[in-house]
Amino acid sequence: MSTRLARGGRLINRRKAVTVTFNGRNYKGFEGDTLASALLANDQMLVGRSFKYHRPRGIVASGAEEPNGLVNLGQGGGFEPNARVTTTEVFEGLTAESQNHWPSLEFDVGAINTALSRFLPAGFYYKMFLHPRSFWKHVYEPFIRQSAGLGQAPKARDQDTYEQFNAHVDVLVVGGGLAGLQAALTAGQSGLRVLLIEQSAHWGGRAAVDDPLIDGTPAEFWIKTAVQRLAALPNVRLRTRTMGAGVYDHGYALAHERLTDHAPEAGKPRHRLWRIRAGKIVTATGMIERPLSFAGNDIPGVMLASAVRDYAVDFGVSIGDRTVVVTNNDDAYRTAMVLHQAGLIVPAIIDARVQADGALVRAARDLGIRVETGRAIARVKGGKRVTGVTICAHAGEGSGLEDIACDAVAMSGGWSPVVHLWSHCGGKLIWDEGLAMFRPDATRPPTGADGAGFVFPVGGANGMLRTADVLTDAVAVGASVSGQAAGDVPVAVDSEQGAILPVWLMPQGATLKLRQKMWLDYQNDVKVSDVQLAAREGYESVEHAKRYTTLGMATDQGKLSNINGLAVLSGAINTPIPQVGTTTFRPPYTPISMGAIAGVARGDLFQPVRKTPIHGWHEASGAEFEPVGLWRRPYAFLQGHESAHEAVNREVLNVRRNVGLLDASTLGKLIVKGPDAGRFLDMLYTNVMSTLPVGKCRYGLMCNENGFLIDDGVVVRMAEDTWLCHTTTGGADRIHAHMEDWLQCEWWDWKVYVANVTEQYAQIAVVGPNARKVLEKLDGMDVTKEVLPFMTSADGTLGGIAARVFRISFSGELSYEIAVPASQGRAFWDACLAAGAEFGIQPYGTECLHVLRAEKGFIMIGDETDGTVIPQDLNLGWAISKKKSDYLGKRGQERSHMVDPKRWKLVGLETVDGSVIPDGAYAVGTGTNANGQKNTQGRVTSTYFSPTLGKGIAMGLVERGPERMGEVIPFTKGNGTTVDVRIVDQVFYDKAGAKQDG
Amino acid sequence: MADGVSVLGGVSVGGAVALRDLGLTGMVTVRGNLAGGALQAVCAGLAGVGFPGAGMATGTAAQGIAWMSPDEVMVFVAHDAAGAAVAQIDAALAGVHHLAVDVSDARALIGLSGAGARDVLAKLTPADMHPDAFRPGMFRRTRLGQVAAGIWALEDGSFAVMCFRSVADHVFATLAQSVKDGAVGHFKG
Repeated sequence: MSTRLARGGRLINRRKAVTVTFNGRNYKGFEGDTLASALLANDQMLVGRSFKYHRPRGIVASGAEEPNGLVNLGQGGGFEPNARVTTTEVFEGLTAESQNHWPSLEFDVGAINTALSRFLPAGFYYKMFLHPRSFWKHVYEPFIRQSAGLGQAPKARDQDTYEQFNAHVDVLVVGGGLAGLQAALTAGQSGLRVLLIEQSAHWGGRAAVDDPLIDGTPAEFWIKTAVQRLAALPNVRLRTRTMGAGVYDHGYALAHERLTDHAPEAGKPRHRLWRIRAGKIVTATGMIERPLSFAGNDIPGVMLASAVRDYAVDFGVSIGDRTVVVTNNDDAYRTAMVLHQAGLIVPAIIDARVQADGALVRAARDLGIRVETGRAIARVKGGKRVTGVTICAHAGEGSGLEDIACDAVAMSGGWSPVVHLWSHCGGKLIWDEGLAMFRPDATRPPTGADGAGFVFPVGGANGMLRTADVLTDAVAVGASVSGQAAGDVPVAVDSEQGAILPVWLMPQGATLKLRQKMWLDYQNDVKVSDVQLAAREGYESVEHAKRYTTLGMATDQGKLSNINGLAVLSGAINTPIPQVGTTTFRPPYTPISMGAIAGVARGDLFQPVRKTPIHGWHEASGAEFEPVGLWRRPYAFLQGHESAHEAVNREVLNVRRNVGLLDASTLGKLIVKGPDAGRFLDMLYTNVMSTLPVGKCRYGLMCNENGFLIDDGVVVRMAEDTWLCHTTTGGADRIHAHMEDWLQCEWWDWKVYVANVTEQYAQIAVVGPNARKVLEKLDGMDVTKEVLPFMTSADGTLGGIAARVFRISFSGELSYEIAVPASQGRAFWDACLAAGAEFGIQPYGTECLHVLRAEKGFIMIGDETDGTVIPQDLNLGWAISKKKSDYLGKRGQERSHMVDPKRWKLVGLETVDGSVIPDGAYAVGTGTNANGQKNTQGRVTSTYFSPTLGKGIAMGLVERGPERMGEVIPFTKGNGTTVDVRIVDQVFYDKAGAKQDG
Repeated sequence: MADGVSVLGGVSVGGAVALRDLGLTGMVTVRGNLAGGALQAVCAGLAGVGFPGAGMATGTAAQGIAWMSPDEVMVFVAHDAAGAAVAQIDAALAGVHHLAVDVSDARALIGLSGAGARDVLAKLTPADMHPDAFRPGMFRRTRLGQVAAGIWALEDGSFAVMCFRSVADHVFATLAQSVKDGAVGHFKG
């Protein structure tokens, strides 16, 4: 029976009862309880089932290291799986359900796996599910998926909000126990910015439980005073419920603050992710007690000795009336004495050491507690809870000497410093033979940009077991990280401790039968025998053994099991522990919520959507949008019950017959100015821009150093030393960066400045035979072909708005692109619609734009190009200067593969039956390749239904394409059949260019 | 000449931290040798303020100069004065390599005021918003959430945020949500 004691419980408020619900039943707890202590106070020992064998699982620990007490918390939009009962604070109305059980926690069908455990050894899945191959997809995988995972995935949208916060501090102290408080106090004297974070709701760690005297006062009083002194320092910030999750390069750290988990409140963020840039990081993360490996150590009621003590002192909860303590060190004697003083019975302390007579041991003996040295637990008796233990000689194989009836076992295998944060960024560990622990190696810290260490472990996290050592260490580290001389150290008194005896198997010579019941990893069901089997099968590296056995791979990441596991491996392969080493510690220390990682970026704020000045009109006018980079551009404007396809066809025909209006504001616009601007552009573009007369436009191609086409657009010379370069929508930022890269890194002495003015202008294309009439009606400047011929530009006003007009065409029709200040973009758009009404003006979207340009045989970056295409492939040799001595890509285009006459080149494609070729279709060649696949001889790059021509048209790259005009070749249709396609000229519409002048 | 429209349409939100569209503002990007006397003089004359040092800004977001990079400043003038300002800079720097361009409509300006403004900004920017580090008169190009932004700590204790026009509503909404999510209490001064 676990129950609430009549007295005690320093963290609970017995005047305020709280009701929580677990598996549909109500439990009474007190304010200040964790879910674990509230359940234990009500004799709810069983909290879950293990992953593989569905063994009954009880609470083992009292903190973040808990492997078993994982529950589904909350419901609907507040549902969270894998919540740890030991760190979940209770509140009125909390609901939780146990995980990995079916049909119920008390009676679980999967528990049959325990009986079959002989057939489910380490690596079982790897061995079993290999054959037959076809079974994997249809039998094994569905089965494994169904049984995989402990918690359930949430089904509803998360109802809570989350946020992030960036903090810059000189010193970050992680952990608010004695070491962290003292380190922060010392560092705080310097006036530097100090941030102290503590994962739990309370300061002081476990010190108040073990209660050393500090400066002559009880630990609890000292802690309270220390917190008050810290709060009074203007340069120090304190945060509880904030877990140091990870340490990264350059002093970057992540911390996870739980704001409302303990007291849900609508409208406040649930979690806050702290993104901390720290000059130095002090890890005062304490220690975690290790379990002992004896048979039946997973039966509910077997608990860490420190946890048994914590529940008694912190929450006034006893785990059982009769608790057997089993240990290899002095610390567990404290548990025996705490229980004894609480009036509970400790039938025996089973100490594996042959000799034990430290101060704590003597004190226990003085209280009349039976101490059995050189003894071990042979096995724990019981099923869903402990009923007794059989003791044996630790030196032997496990022959029972005596049965002791008990309902709880408090075990201690020693303590391991929490070295996770030290290790995240490369801090190394040393094995301390005397203390039987891995602790940080101060000579090999994680280093910063200056080559010096930036993480400083302190106190328990640094391997200190005694309070006085902890405080001395904290003062020294606090002073060192803040550049001060160490000051006074508080005087601490606690019990000296005898030496620990490393115990990795109990008893040390345990039979296989016993070893098969010794759990290392409670959550993933990894036993001593599994690690030994892995070693025998050749998994000698600790990283391999981990993955083969799944040791430490559960949601607790092996906080209890790692050291014991690697020690067992060490024994199995006869290699000393330091040579076996640890697995890699990776962030986060304990899981952090996905919501905190997303922060404010959810719902409408998930991703920025770039909007043109005319976006609002598009939204109100039936636009179906498509993403183009972060922009949303209208794909087509749907009228009435039109489909998108019908809308596109209407828009195309309207442009060809009347006039269309396109929002081209997203096009990149880069101003390039300076005495060397012409020379610069001659290097960037394949053709010559320096000779372009002022007021004239020229289409240009840009390649990277390898010769591949990266962007295209119209360049306009605006003044003697100033050019305006249009880029593709997606190219605006990329080409701007490309220009700055060359200017800053290669041609740093060239006098050129670049400015990205993409968003300064709304750019609107007025396109079609009636385009000029629309602009003439708007009035303000002469747009006749005599004054403003094709490929020229002029400044003026249109409809009273300052405008720069370009006579350029991406459709083959008479076309003007007009740039106006963005703040007047919408007004100009509206004016165009009004002026164009009598001429049949209609807006058109990007798909219509694509069809128009394809009918005219114009290429599109990203369709005809994919990073492997050079301009010559696209028959754009005319836009490549033969006169220039150099341009970016020139050398690349001279490589043998680039001048290979067999390269696939651009041609027009027309199906013999008039149908539309599927996008991306391949032209089938003859024979097969080395993999037995059909050879190909080309592929489609753009394919559309042309409403103008009433049939499918396409462009594609075909081997020696331009030499094969008129040839008919098969293209795949994606359904196993092919369609016959004739190679034709890529210009399907108005080859002579008669239309562009209107 | 038609009047321009601010992308944020003059929106404002009250609360612990007040947010408001600072409206159409003339902004001129000037690139050149910032140590040049003529460049400093013409910019200072246009904005009616002193020329800022690195990382600093002078004046206000209505009339001021912000240091953008070792060879770039932004000059803030009245919206209808930006075109003339460009012409004036070009005239003053004739024969000196430089670039002056009107970018008034490429960006939006949002004002933040109230005691919790630093908390709100620090939720979104990786730059150090501590009052000792980011003092009045400083200007910082950084990002807010997922997009580029500039933050100006004004002399009166309020802040101005500059972002690209296309994402102005996203930035405003992100700031507004961050205000709504409440104070962090990290900055006391």
